[in-house]
Amino acid sequence: MGKTFQKPEALADTITHYCPGCTHGVAHRLVAEVIDELDIRGRTVGIAPVGCAVLMYNYFTFDFQEAAHGRAPAMATGIKRVRPDLVVFTYQGDGDLASIGMGEIVHAANRGEKFTVIFINNAVYGMTGGQMAPTTMPDQRTTTSPFGRKILDTGMPIKMSEMLAALQTPAYITRQTLLNPKYINKAKKAIKKAFTYQIENTCFSFVELVSTCPTNWGMTPLDAIKWAEEKMLPYYSLGVFKRPEEEESATSSSSAKNG
Amino acid sequence: MGKVLMKGNEAIGEAAIRAGCLNYFAYPITPQSEVAEYLSRRLPEAGGVFLQGESEVAVSYMIFGAAACGERVFTTSSSPGISLMSEGISYITAAQCPAVFVNIMRGGPGLGGILPSQADYMQSVKGGGHGDYKLLVMAPASVQEAVEMMMGAFALAEKYRNPVMILGDGLIGQMMEPVEFPDSLKAEPTNKDDWATNGMATRNRKRRNLVKTLYLDPEELNSHNLMLKAKYEQMEREEVRYEAYNVDGDYRVLIVSYGTMSRVCRTAIDNLKEQGFEVGMIRPQTVFPFPKTAIYAAVDRQSCRAVLCVEMSMGQMVEDVERSVSGRRPVHWYGKCGGEVPTPEEVMEEVRKIVK
Repeated sequence: MGKTFQKPEALADTITHYCPGCTHGVAHRLVAEVIDELDIRGRTVGIAPVGCAVLMYNYFTFDFQEAAHGRAPAMATGIKRVRPDLVVFTYQGDGDLASIGMGEIVHAANRGEKFTVIFINNAVYGMTGGQMAPTTMPDQRTTTSPFGRKILDTGMPIKMSEMLAALQTPAYITRQTLLNPKYINKAKKAIKKAFTYQIENTCFSFVELVSTCPTNWGMTPLDAIKWAEEKMLPYYSLGVFKRPEEEESATSSSSAKNG
Repeated sequence: MGKVLMKGNEAIGEAAIRAGCLNYFAYPITPQSEVAEYLSRRLPEAGGVFLQGESEVAVSYMIFGAAACGERVFTTSSSPGISLMSEGISYITAAQCPAVFVNIMRGGPGLGGILPSQADYMQSVKGGGHGDYKLLVMAPASVQEAVEMMMGAFALAEKYRNPVMILGDGLIGQMMEPVEFPDSLKAEPTNKDDWATNGMATRNRKRRNLVKTLYLDPEELNSHNLMLKAKYEQMEREEVRYEAYNVDGDYRVLIVSYGTMSRVCRTAIDNLKEQGFEVGMIRPQTVFPFPKTAIYAAVDRQSCRAVLCVEMSMGQMVEDVERSVSGRRPVHWYGKCGGEVPTPEEVMEEVRKIVK
């Protein structure tokens, strides 16, 4: 019997800079496995965000572009429009995607751009040192909400998946998590589905991954997983929020009604 | 193909297609929205890509993404829009991607006005966005010249792997003139496999390409900036373009003016000549690199007593002219910056005033 578990070809043989207990490593591996399984490494272009994953291109073995803060969906749009044969994904955190890049992600989704977004939601800005993000939970302490996030001042955490699913353009939108192996298997299936929709030129695809940031949460990795399960999952519910097939049938039934 | 009568904005769009660039992303803004309107019809017909982005910021990154995977790409905008694109332009320059930006300038600062202006000189030639970078900036004085500069811009952008900007005042975009599109200016395809993120299958999966702008190591960033600087120095050696007008005689004043403003100055020079008053002119066609050697040489003429910089801004080009003149003659400024173009008579009066 040969090896049953090995490093994906799409993943570089190197040590990452991520903190102990951080879920970026798991997310990276899932993306790499999917790229291997779909045999698309030769035509894939990844887009690194600004944030903890800015150096992610060091951990993958295919073409990469490095974006400015929040602009990855615009860059992906540029690539897909001029080279629809390339497979393109952005990998963005919550500060990047849900704050400074809100305009870019909403319009890319609404145009139905045929690229894939991996959205890491860990409720905090990581690279800049644990500041409050649009996804920070109520009363969660961060370096810019030292007394806990106050809803009256800063509103409720933004649910990106639900928000994007409200757009009328067909899309694949799902929220998964990386908090335990069972969830991780489901997350991988979702990522594979997202890339498959892209390859089949079906629709925009978006996979939100509820993740942890033990360092900036000030917790051990195990406590961080527990906190995410207790505090984040009830608010950021897991599931598929939109499928392109549903949208097509919804559109045809409404047009039938109008007709 | 013979000459056709075209509005500047449409001619600029057509010029890009004729040069071999079929990818265009843009956001509407007066006074250049006709480029997008024209290309929204013309590009699909030519088999190209047209996309209206959600903002100028987004458009600059659509340009970045497309350019970084090795495709020819361009956009057009006007002053406030270029301010928003300047973030992306800084990244594109740092990442060494070729792209062409057109700025059909309107009045500023702020919303300013929608009439012609040259008030983005500093923004265009000194940087605009953050960090140490420069664009190769060409300033047309006619629709025909705008076409030729536009067609030539793609080869230059690819030669230097640096964005090129066409800096036109509002008149260049709005006026109609007869134009032709010389086939000789069609840009030859260049191989970008060395650096473009066009999929590693292109390189037999042997090497992956990475387009980035982050250099955390100070020595590495310094070397990167020195390499960029070397490109700008090469532009200064190889790409300076200017036109000298009426510089054979003993001119008493040298005018430095560019774009549509220089055409008004040309009329003023002709009128003054009839009155026996000789005035010469250097018209920068590239404003970066700036024709400083030509200006230095032109003020050397013994008859030349003063230099007059005429522009539709509050004197933004004056410091480049002073730098070129190196203190050997007084440098004066005349201009308007509200949207009105100074008349030949006003320029003539100013010329007489400075050598009284």
